[in-house]
Amino acid sequence: MIPPSFAYHRPSSVKDAIGLLAGFGEDGRVLAGGHSLIPMMKLRLAAPPNLVDLGGISDLKGIATDGGDIVIGAMTTQHELIGSDLLGKKIPLLRETSLQIADPQVRYLGTLGGNVANGDPGNDMPAVMMCLNATYQVAGKSGERRIQARQFYQGAYFTALEPGEILTAIRIRPPDEGHGWSYHKLKRKIGDYATAAAAVVLTMKGTGEIGSAAIALTNVAETPLYAEAATRLIVGSKLDAATVKQAVTAAEAITAPASDRRGTPQYRTKMAGVMVARALAQAAQRARGG
Amino acid sequence: MAKSQIALTVNGESVDALVEPRTLLIHFLREQLNLTGPHIGCETSHCGACTVDLDGKSVKSCTVFAVQANGADIRTIEGMANADGTLHVIQEAFREMHGLQCGFCTPGMITRAWRLLQENPNPGESEIRYGISGNLCRCTGYQNIVRAIQYAAAKLNGVPFQEAAE
Repeated sequence: MIPPSFAYHRPSSVKDAIGLLAGFGEDGRVLAGGHSLIPMMKLRLAAPPNLVDLGGISDLKGIATDGGDIVIGAMTTQHELIGSDLLGKKIPLLRETSLQIADPQVRYLGTLGGNVANGDPGNDMPAVMMCLNATYQVAGKSGERRIQARQFYQGAYFTALEPGEILTAIRIRPPDEGHGWSYHKLKRKIGDYATAAAAVVLTMKGTGEIGSAAIALTNVAETPLYAEAATRLIVGSKLDAATVKQAVTAAEAITAPASDRRGTPQYRTKMAGVMVARALAQAAQRARGG
Repeated sequence: MAKSQIALTVNGESVDALVEPRTLLIHFLREQLNLTGPHIGCETSHCGACTVDLDGKSVKSCTVFAVQANGADIRTIEGMANADGTLHVIQEAFREMHGLQCGFCTPGMITRAWRLLQENPNPGESEIRYGISGNLCRCTGYQNIVRAIQYAAAKLNGVPFQEAAE
């Protein structure tokens, strides 16, 4: 399968990339790790006349701290996320998620920015970013702006990114030290998209009550879902069985999965509930130090 | 479409070439450089038959444009054997442990195993299985591939290969 023809551009700065994209309008598209876009081009689901490769822009790489935040360059690969000691210590949810994405070869090239920005509901990082309440830093010809991950996703492959804008970095305030985390993903095999998946972070008080929490869901609607009602139910609780059951029901209620080879909508909704229950249990256990 | 000039290193040799931007790395290697060791399998970045090493990373060369490899250092299965022509330890291990049947996945498997063993010189069985999870084999059931990589790891570490107890 050979992709359609295109002109290749490899700018060395964000400014040059934005300039190129402004000139191309609808005829330009950015190339990050390429592991979503190149398969789509082979299938003729995408045929951009101009590809702007972000691989030569060093400003888009790396993991840094800024005040209390961790800022991850959009071109940072999944492999680099997994290898980061800083992230492993401060936001272990990211490593746990990356290890469940695709396979080693894909993770060497696939980027965090590509995963969160292309709007594929099957991607795992968008729900994780909603769970972590991440902020996306975006640059375009009219300047820079920030968008909350929880406000970013509008539909399958539709996001708040305007034409000509580039996602430059993902900014995350790490959850409090001692927090619990979990990404539970049901999939048919390694490399598959989720049948359903749930991300959880939570903090627990000494009394065993949940101090703060966030729950988000992958691949059970046209967009990733922040399960706000389910989150509210567990905050202040001791995660007793009745509360967990209510939270699972609340999470299931916001799903609208497609029917595909991964299962019927009813099955995938139920599996989303199962993933929420398991992720809550694991996150709570980790918050207790287990 | 205008062709792009690329310069890269493949199996230790400098290569200058003109490529169409849409040319995939696997097609460039096979058709322009006649390196037909990396295979075209699924063409959808699932099977790993096209795996090559690019700047210290195992990549599926069906999902990389040749222009993206400009300046890169690439190794394919053709660059795996020792300088005197004898087999690399991993190649020898696949032969000794019957780590292949039809051989279609083998160039990708060995190239991937080579990188895996550099990152983790002494992997456990589950780490090996996870490490090669991007490479599909439809013949062996993986059992002997895992044994081959264990054998290669032992040899590279200078310790005797010991079969795990059943």
